[in-house]
Amino acid sequence: MSNIPEELRYAETHEWVKVDGKRALVGISDHAQEELGDVVALYLPDVGKQVSKGDKLAEIDSMKTSDVIYAPVSGTVVEVNSAVDETPEIVNEDPYGKGWLVVIEMSSPGEVDDLMTAAQYAEVAKGDS
Amino acid sequence: MPYIPHTPRDQERMMRAIGIGAVDELFRDVPESLRLRKQLDLPEPLSEMELVAELNEIANANRGVDHYTSFLGAGAYDHFVPSAVNHLVSRSEFYTAYTPYQAEISQGILQAIYEFQTMVCILTGMDVANASMYDGATAAAEAAVMSLNASGRKRVLVSQFVNPEYRSVISTYLSGGLATVDELACPGGVTGIDQLRAMLDDSVASVIVQYPNFAGIVEDLEALAGECQRVGAALIVIADPISLGLLKSPGALGADIVVGEGQSMGNPLHFGGPYLGFMGARVKYLRYLPGRISGATTDGEGNRGFVLTLQAREQHIRRERAYSNICTNQSLNALAATIYLSLMGKTGLRRVAELCLNKSHYLAGRLCEIDGVSMAYEAPFFKEFVVRLPMPAEEVVNKLRTHRILAGVPMGRYYSGMENLLLICVTEKRTKEDMDEFVQRLGAIL
Amino acid sequence: MSRSTEPLIFELSSPGRLGVDLPRCDVPSVDPGKAIGQNLVSSTGPDLPELSEIDVIRHFTRLSKRNIGVDTSFYPLGSCTMKYNPKVNEDLASLPGFASVHPLQPADDAQGTLRLLYELEQFLVEIGGMDAASLQPAAGAQGEMTGLMLIRAYHMANGDSARRKILVPDSSHGTNPASAALTGFEVVEVMSNDRGGVDLEDLKRLTDETVAGLMLTNPNTLGLFDENIEEIVKIVHNAGGLAYYDGANMNAILGICRPGDMGFDVMHFNLHKTFSTPHGGGGPGSGPVAVKKHLTRFLPKPRVRKDSDGRYYLDNDCPDSIGKVRSFCGNVGVCIKAYCYIRQMGAAGLTEVSKNAVLNANYLLSRLKGTYDLPYDRTCMHEFVLSAENLKSSGVKARDVAKRLLDYGVHPPTVYFPLIVHEALMVEPTETETIETLDAFADAMIAIARESESDKEKVLGAPHETVVGRLDEVLAARKPDLRWKPRAGAAAE
Repeated sequence: MSNIPEELRYAETHEWVKVDGKRALVGISDHAQEELGDVVALYLPDVGKQVSKGDKLAEIDSMKTSDVIYAPVSGTVVEVNSAVDETPEIVNEDPYGKGWLVVIEMSSPGEVDDLMTAAQYAEVAKGDS
Repeated sequence: MPYIPHTPRDQERMMRAIGIGAVDELFRDVPESLRLRKQLDLPEPLSEMELVAELNEIANANRGVDHYTSFLGAGAYDHFVPSAVNHLVSRSEFYTAYTPYQAEISQGILQAIYEFQTMVCILTGMDVANASMYDGATAAAEAAVMSLNASGRKRVLVSQFVNPEYRSVISTYLSGGLATVDELACPGGVTGIDQLRAMLDDSVASVIVQYPNFAGIVEDLEALAGECQRVGAALIVIADPISLGLLKSPGALGADIVVGEGQSMGNPLHFGGPYLGFMGARVKYLRYLPGRISGATTDGEGNRGFVLTLQAREQHIRRERAYSNICTNQSLNALAATIYLSLMGKTGLRRVAELCLNKSHYLAGRLCEIDGVSMAYEAPFFKEFVVRLPMPAEEVVNKLRTHRILAGVPMGRYYSGMENLLLICVTEKRTKEDMDEFVQRLGAIL
Repeated sequence: MSRSTEPLIFELSSPGRLGVDLPRCDVPSVDPGKAIGQNLVSSTGPDLPELSEIDVIRHFTRLSKRNIGVDTSFYPLGSCTMKYNPKVNEDLASLPGFASVHPLQPADDAQGTLRLLYELEQFLVEIGGMDAASLQPAAGAQGEMTGLMLIRAYHMANGDSARRKILVPDSSHGTNPASAALTGFEVVEVMSNDRGGVDLEDLKRLTDETVAGLMLTNPNTLGLFDENIEEIVKIVHNAGGLAYYDGANMNAILGICRPGDMGFDVMHFNLHKTFSTPHGGGGPGSGPVAVKKHLTRFLPKPRVRKDSDGRYYLDNDCPDSIGKVRSFCGNVGVCIKAYCYIRQMGAAGLTEVSKNAVLNANYLLSRLKGTYDLPYDRTCMHEFVLSAENLKSSGVKARDVAKRLLDYGVHPPTVYFPLIVHEALMVEPTETETIETLDAFADAMIAIARESESDKEKVLGAPHETVVGRLDEVLAARKPDLRWKPRAGAAAE
């Protein structure tokens, strides 16, 4: 069973969000990294990029597949984790910590309420595997 | 039946094992209505001996450049190929292998590709390179696509003196609405920097120029790169690899992506193919590079080995999100180029380039001594140059061919208003005697 | 066990060595700086390795020994048709009469090559049941791209610009969706049914007036002939779409049935698969496209034509053409080899090719289906897909089976494709292999399945007999080392 921290909110497409005021820290779930297998590359957006909820935010490549990461909330990308360029394995090793991907400054913070709770996401993750 | 080893007895045994009485039963899923009830309408089969005779007859209906003194270039070049190249690429462990998916029994090809990539990086001044593209033209088109993918922009500017074959292929590749393509004029034979400056803005993904360009002229890449950098557009340079024995690498002059035709490195003319495209780029394009890439790694005991790597870029994993659809490339031609460059080495390639430079300048000087013949452009050139003739170049070409001289490529075939201009190429294979005869014959015609 | 490494060519370099003998310059020398400009001329020349000829020969000869090909081993790589490459074709394609023609020489100088290309087009048209062909595409994927551009050109010419979708089955080659996306189409996947064919209900549901066409391989990537093919094509045609045939699997149906008769409008061939030209360690290939009449005017230019005097020429006057997809006329050298093959086999010979390719595949299938899972238990065509799912309990995966096969001296099947089969092993023996070779392969596959029970470490740790052990692909992808670099300090010499 994968790790699904209580304090985070989740999108159906397996992104997690940690809210700090208007800032949303975004990454992919432990379940997602398990499904992907060895992550080898990320294609992160440039700082300043505007995204709407559900837009393509980034792409992630593993040894066996390649997938799209969607914006869980709308807003402006204000930080990206450049460490994943050199060491993509941190997404596998620490998806909720060192393996974070971007920070979005939210334009409609209310969107967070539409995301799933840990308990809800656990059901999704279970159905998937 | 040639190449099918089965005896009737073998077939019997196999059918028995399968549990059928006739091979035809295996085609039961093919609807009756689709079964071909006639024999294909093809020529009667030939034995190997007859085939050899037939193909020799067909080949003899050609008259290749060996039959003439050739000054044809324009994208395909008659450079010298050392015998060792063909001996090595004829080793069937290389040429009868598939793409090296199973690394442990494909170390020969994979290491050779890694060496090829390194040589492309050395020649072009780029950080990374791929295993090869179909040819120079498709490499240029894929470079344009790469610049679009990496930038998200939708416009490409192409110099008028990019090889017309290449411009045509670039247009075809981008015709599906991927981008608009605009042309940059070449006043005085070089890409016009004022027009470039006027057309460049942050909608432009890339600017494509050739080095030396189609007219043989060595473009000032540094100035072009400066303009591109101002708006964040990529400078894509199509380079002649032989010229890079002498010229500064495009990378040293500010290029972002360098592609080109590798035929001149150890591959025969063969009426246009198989050739090979090469592609090098700055490291920021690494994840957008099309095609195969070989990378070094280790096995469990720490031995160095090579694998196809970064495969998540490719079509078999990304499918519709792949940045290119290329799968099969031109591996054996790239191997020929690798062997060619290994034989030439640092001094040999420079020597070939110097021979081309010296000879082309000798011929250009001699031709311009003829009344009515002049250089079309006063600009530095390498092994090709354009002369202005006092009559249509097509006529001159036709007349000289009767004297067994292939005088060059008339520019009027590609550019209106250039009917009297002739593009001439001189490789290291042309002798002073060849060139003196050309000058004498041309003088006699005019 | 025979582990060994070969130095890189750069590591063998010694300053001052030269591997070629170049002529003296017979004209006055030019100062490059003056002729071209100091700012554009390199002071030294590129840092290529410096070796004598014998060292170059030995390096690449040793590399060749670190490689296997069809000439060294059985190579049942599914979807790739690794048949024997006749040696005479190699000799004939490199005849100086062919190899020395410049692509811009006048047609009169290339009558032999042009005749050959013209006739090869006719042969392919006949084999495919089509109306016209172009040899310009350099490989199968480029053939697909070309074919899709033809489909788009056709719809545009009909003023039908709303057709933005290309349907591809979920079992398709990765190049299909990639080619469609590259040409600006939206890709829509069609499900397979439980017999491995196209799910007709799903196809009907997805097919409407926005569909430009369907791309299909038949037999498909499972090695199965879709019995509903006529119905499938009809569904697409009725909605105004066109049908594209991916010719990767033509080796199953030569002289048996034809894509044109199935209703396909456009197709490509892989000369390096079906028509015996060697794959060169990853190319060159050749991917000619063939079309029905209604698409002929859109074919790439130039077209090879024959005038009333029997003279061959290149026709660039093709106003409706999609343009050029590659420079000049394509991979001509490859076309010559395919032409030779067709001339030597003849019609009856080609039919025997497919019959024996299918016989070989079904024979191997009969020997292996008790040992490995067979997700679609049907008569196969030229190839079949097994699954190593049944070995999973011992921890052995398809990849491990493949690596262990290397120790038995054979090239493994294609693994992990098609994507719809878990732990897929896709086996294509081709018609050129003897029953003894097939038996040896089957014995090896069966032995590996047994080893997975009795000595699984041996399988998981394979290969043992190759020049390197199993290579770390994850490391290669995460820390890309894609070129040799001189060691720091070594550059000063």
